[in-house]
Amino acid sequence: MKILICISHVPDTTSRIKFTADGKQLDKQGLQFIIGPYDDYALARAVELKEAHGGTVTVLNVGTAETEPTIRKALAIGADNAIRIDAEPTDSWFVARQIAEVAKDQGYDLILMGRESIDFNGGVVHGMVAEMLGLQAFSPVMMLDVVDGKVKMAREIEGGKEYLEATMPLVAGCQEPIAEWKIPNMRGIMTARTKPLEVRAASDETKLTTHVHFELPPPKGAVVMIDPSNPEELIQKLVEEAKVL
Amino acid sequence: MERLKYPDFFKLDDLLTEEQIMVRDAMRNFVAAKIKPYIERWAQNSEFPVHLVREMGQAGAFGPMLPQAYGGSDIDAIAYGLLMQELEAGDSGMRSMASVQGSLVMFPIHAFGSQHQKSTYLPKLASGEMLGCFGLTEPDFGSNPSGMRSRVKDMGNYYLLNGAKMWITNAPVADIAVVWAKDENGRIKGLIVERGMEGFTSPETKNKWSLRASCTGELVFDNVKVPKENVLPGKDGLSAPLACLDKARYGIAWGAIGAAIDCYQSAVRYAGERIQFDKPIASFQLIQKKLAEMLTEITKAQLLCYRLGQLVNEGKASTVHISMAKRNNVEMALNIAREARQIHGAMGITGDFPVMRHMMNLESVITYEGTHDIHLLILGQEITGIPAFK
Ligand SMILES: Cc1cc2nc3c(=O)[nH]c(=O)nc-3n(C[C@H](O)[C@H](O)[C@H](O)COP(=O)(O)OP(=O)(O)OC[C@H]3O[C@@H](n4cnc5c(N)ncnc54)[C@H](O)[C@@H]3O)c2cc1C
Repeated sequence: MKILICISHVPDTTSRIKFTADGKQLDKQGLQFIIGPYDDYALARAVELKEAHGGTVTVLNVGTAETEPTIRKALAIGADNAIRIDAEPTDSWFVARQIAEVAKDQGYDLILMGRESIDFNGGVVHGMVAEMLGLQAFSPVMMLDVVDGKVKMAREIEGGKEYLEATMPLVAGCQEPIAEWKIPNMRGIMTARTKPLEVRAASDETKLTTHVHFELPPPKGAVVMIDPSNPEELIQKLVEEAKVL
Repeated sequence: MERLKYPDFFKLDDLLTEEQIMVRDAMRNFVAAKIKPYIERWAQNSEFPVHLVREMGQAGAFGPMLPQAYGGSDIDAIAYGLLMQELEAGDSGMRSMASVQGSLVMFPIHAFGSQHQKSTYLPKLASGEMLGCFGLTEPDFGSNPSGMRSRVKDMGNYYLLNGAKMWITNAPVADIAVVWAKDENGRIKGLIVERGMEGFTSPETKNKWSLRASCTGELVFDNVKVPKENVLPGKDGLSAPLACLDKARYGIAWGAIGAAIDCYQSAVRYAGERIQFDKPIASFQLIQKKLAEMLTEITKAQLLCYRLGQLVNEGKASTVHISMAKRNNVEMALNIAREARQIHGAMGITGDFPVMRHMMNLESVITYEGTHDIHLLILGQEITGIPAFK
C-alpha cells in the first residue's frame, strides 16, 4: 500500500499567539512548532496501516526550510521518506495544488491528512486535493481500516456516526480516535536523518487568498463575584457594564 | 503559562542538536502518557509496573547508547542524559530500572562479554523482552565491595557460585543477573546468572519508604552451577564493576535534575495558587527566595551536566568528574524536594503532589551508586593524592 500523508507545521497548542505589528502575520518569535495534531493522528494511522499491510509512507509538507525538524519528526515516527515543497503555506488552494501535483500519477492508495490544520483551521485542503485529482474525499474520518482491498471508515456526523465503505484511491481528513499519537522511539529518531527528504520548488505560484489583517480576541475580563442575596447588583452590572440587557 | 514552563534559564536548548531535543521530548511525552498518570498509585501500593519493561524497551530507553546492531540506538551522551532526566522527572524508581538495565547489565555485557553473550542477551534486554539486575553489594559489604564474600569455584566444566547479594534493583523479577564474585585467587569476576538455575533465588526486600515503585531484592546463590560460557571474559578485577557504576552515575547526575524540576514546577504552581493572608503565597519574599534558589541550583546542575556530557562524548570524562556531578546534583535535588515539600504545606505530604515521593526516592539515590560521602572521598583522593577510605 502506498500512503501519502500531508502534515502541517503549526505552533504548539499551548503557545501564546501574537501577530507582527502590522497585524498581517503571525509573530513566530519564541514559538515552538509541532506536527498538526490532526495530521499527527493521520500519520500514526498511516504507520499502523503500513505495519499491518506493508508498503510505504511518504510524508509531504508545504513549507519553508524551518519545517524540516517537524518533517524529520514524522520520519522518526515511521514514515519512509519525505517531500517538502519549498513555499509558505498561506493559502488553502495553493497548498492543495502542491499536494495534487506531488500525488498526480504516483499511484497513492491513500492520501491522508488531518481534518484541519490548527493554525488557520481552514479544513478544506483534503476536499480540494480530491477534487483536483478526481478522487473522492471523506472528513472527518475517525476510523479507517483496509479490509480485502476496501477502505472501511467511520465518520463523525451531527448526533452520531456514519459507517462507510469505499474503494481506493481516496483522500481522507482524519481526527481522533483514528489512532493514538505515536511517540518516536530512540531508534526512529536516530535514523530519521538517514531517510530521504526531497525538496521541490512550488509548481504553481498562484495564490487566491491573501491575509489582510489578523486580530486577537479581546482579553477576557476578570470574574466579578456577586452575593446571591443581591440580585439588584447583578441586574445593574448586566445593564450598565456588560450592556447585554 | 510562561513561568510554568520547563526551566531552561541559561538557554541550553540553543546548544542542543535536533536529535537531542527530539530524544528529550519523546521521553517527556512517554513519561506524561505512561508514567505520570499512574505513578502515585504504584508508589502508594508499592507496585512494580512490570508491563513498563516492554514499553520502555520499545521506546528505546534501555541501553540507547549501544550500537543498533545490539538493539541500541547510537544516541550520544547528552541525549542519553536528557532521556534519564525526563524519566526521573517521572520517578527515580523508573529511572533506576532503566539505569540498571542499560548501564549495569547491557553495558558490561557489551564491553566485557563474548560475541555469543552479546548476541544472546543484548537485543532482548534492549527490547525489554528480558530484564536484568546487577549484583555487587552484599549484606556486609556496601561501600567496600572489594571485601565481598561471594565466591566462584572452578569445577572443570562449570563454576560453582555461592554467596548472597543485597539491595539489588530489579532482582525479584529479573531474568538474568550480572553477578560479581571472587575466584579462588581472590580476583573479582563477572558472571551472567539466569533465572531458573538451580540454587538461585531472589527474595524481595519489603517495607521500603523509598523507590516504592521499583522492586528491590536479594540474590541468593546456593551451589549454583554457572556454565563457563556465562563468565564475562573481557575484564576482571574491581575496575570492571566500577566501570559500570561510572555509566550509571552519569545517568543519575542528569536524572536528579529531572526530579528537581518536577518538584520545582509543582512548587511554582502551588505557590501561585495557594492563598494565605489574602494573597498567593508566591507573593511572600520567603517563598520567592526558595523558588529563586531552586531555579539557580537547577540551572547550575544543568550546566554541569551539559559540560560533563561533552566530556563523555569526547572520551575525556573520568570517574572523578562523574562523582562530582552525581554528588552535587542528587544533593541539589533532595534539597529542592525538601523545600518544595514545605512550600506545599500539609498538601505536600500527600500523594496528590509528586514532591514527597521524589523526596523519599532521592534518599535512595543519595545512597546508592556510591554514597554521598564516598563521592567526597573519591574527590578528596583526587585533590590530595591520599585515599581516605580506610
Ligand atoms: C533502593 C536501593 C537499590 C540498590 N540497588 C543496588 C543494585 O542494583 N546493585 C547493587 O549492587 N547495589 C545496590 N544498592 C546498594 C547500594 O549501592 C549500597 O547501599 C551503597 O553502596 C552503600 O552501601 P551500604 O548501604 O552497605 O552502606 P555502608 O557502606 O554501610 O555505609 C553506611 C554509612 O557509612 C558511610 N561510610 C562507609 N564507609 C565510609 C568511609 N570509608 N568513610 C566515611 N564514611 C563511610 C557511608 O557513606 C554511609 O553513610 C541499592 C541500594 C538501595 C537503597
